[in-house]
Amino acid sequence: MSVNQISVFLENKTGRLAAVTRLLAENKINIRALSIADTSDFGILRLIVDQPEKAYQALKEGGFTVSATDVLAVAVPDTPGALAPVLSTLEAADINIEYLYAFVAKCADLAMVLFKVNDTERAKAVLREAGFKVPQAREVHSL
Amino acid sequence: MWNAEVECMPREKLRALQLERLKATVRRVYEQVPYYRTKFKEAGLEPADIKSLDDLALLPFTAKEDLRNNYPFGLFAVPLNKIVRVHASSGTTGKPTVVGYTREDIDSWAEMTARSLGSVNTTPEDVVQVSYGYGLFTGGLGLHYGAERIGAAVVPTSAGNTKRQIMLMQDFGTTVLCCTPSYALYISEVLRESGIPRNSLKLRAGVFGAEPWSDNMRREIEDKLKIDAVDIYGLSEVIGPGVACECLNKDGLHICEDHFIPEIIDPETGRVLPPGQYGELVFTTITKQGFPVIRYRTRDITMLYDSPCPCGRTHVRMARIAGRTDDMLIIRGVNVFPTQVESVLLSIGQTEPHYLLVVDREKALDTLEVWVEVSEELFRDEVKGLEALERRIHDEIESVLGISVKVKLVEPKTIQRSEGKAKRVWDKRDIEKL
Repeated sequence: MSVNQISVFLENKTGRLAAVTRLLAENKINIRALSIADTSDFGILRLIVDQPEKAYQALKEGGFTVSATDVLAVAVPDTPGALAPVLSTLEAADINIEYLYAFVAKCADLAMVLFKVNDTERAKAVLREAGFKVPQAREVHSL
Repeated sequence: MWNAEVECMPREKLRALQLERLKATVRRVYEQVPYYRTKFKEAGLEPADIKSLDDLALLPFTAKEDLRNNYPFGLFAVPLNKIVRVHASSGTTGKPTVVGYTREDIDSWAEMTARSLGSVNTTPEDVVQVSYGYGLFTGGLGLHYGAERIGAAVVPTSAGNTKRQIMLMQDFGTTVLCCTPSYALYISEVLRESGIPRNSLKLRAGVFGAEPWSDNMRREIEDKLKIDAVDIYGLSEVIGPGVACECLNKDGLHICEDHFIPEIIDPETGRVLPPGQYGELVFTTITKQGFPVIRYRTRDITMLYDSPCPCGRTHVRMARIAGRTDDMLIIRGVNVFPTQVESVLLSIGQTEPHYLLVVDREKALDTLEVWVEVSEELFRDEVKGLEALERRIHDEIESVLGISVKVKLVEPKTIQRSEGKAKRVWDKRDIEKL
């Protein structure tokens, strides 16, 4: 199972991000990681949360345009040069990365890198084969 | 072609027929309908003053309000015992407009919709599924009688229950579909989602109308359903569907000129405009008995083509409806209708687009910004996906409107929802005029 990322369409104006976080707070949803891709007019907020389905429903009912996307999580050691071989492996397998973002887990000396690729299943397989740690979705959501 | 003798009648002969019928109509409404008598007298007119087709311009206009003021039967030109059918159009405000048909009217109406169906070569071999609503609305019964007139097998499914519509289409071997263009698109979506193979259907043509649509939407319907799709036009005040219909050249709708005289006027001044110019479409009925109308203002915006059509029909063509006079905007001198934007959004897959045209003026130059709410069906998780969407909307709107626009993607519920009709325009230029 892949990691369930929640994406939200946001207009590039004051208070929109605050509105999302307020809504999640009211629903006691914990954000594990987030990233924003933005242009001058709009942005896409991407979230990894502890309860993706609840977050999806709450945001939808709150009037946001939301989508759920499968992303791939890879756990790499929190040391210099750890990410490079992961990317090389994907490159060698000709897997295209649409975007990625990372966060550092507070309890372990690991960094978690989240990938959106054009072929999640194959990416998962080649990374595991190359010996990288691809955690279960459950582990990522509950970090 | 259903009736080549009439549909290809030489123009001179057609004009002579129109004049004879116009004179008779004017005389009849003057004698039978107090409303028209009063209006003619106020204008200082007698029926005998109408000597040529050009004299039509002397007659006063009839507006939707006039119909409403004479609710329900005040404009009928025959006693109620001669009326065999009543239809009504839903009034967005207050009472509906009511129209009555004599047996003769029903007969001429069937002739008109038979011509519409004939334009996609419908014959007694065809199975015609009528998925327009049946009832007070004229769509269902209008097409129904025309299909029967031809002798085709009519399947009167009326609107709704799409899965069942499709099942009947498969089982009965429906060849011609009559419904609104948006319903045709919806049917194609359901077909795709249900994984029903196209070759299980015998569908070959569609006669679509009762709402504005675009050539983009036609292409999409034709592509998805693999059929010929033609546009049919009509309104209950004039008779119902079949007033005009496209031929297979798909370039303008032939108006049944042996039954109606069309005019295009400037909606501001009422002046008659020459062919090729866009304005408000006005109809005078020249055969109707139950509910004749004189110079009825449709509020629909279109133009007339006077060039001959390759199909051989001599009846004048009107362009697709470009919009309504109620919501026409003039931007940099170009007439713009919110429905044009709507048809683009429909054609790129939004089932219920929410959009707003924001008009402003910068340094004496009008600007148009189109705000489009990003629905879940349009939303992409990647910036390049959304940018491509924005570009596509932008390019298609520019090609339809012919003026430059800026497209802005906005969050849902950004655009105000008002009770009843949606607000589609925010004209900031008005503020400056004050």
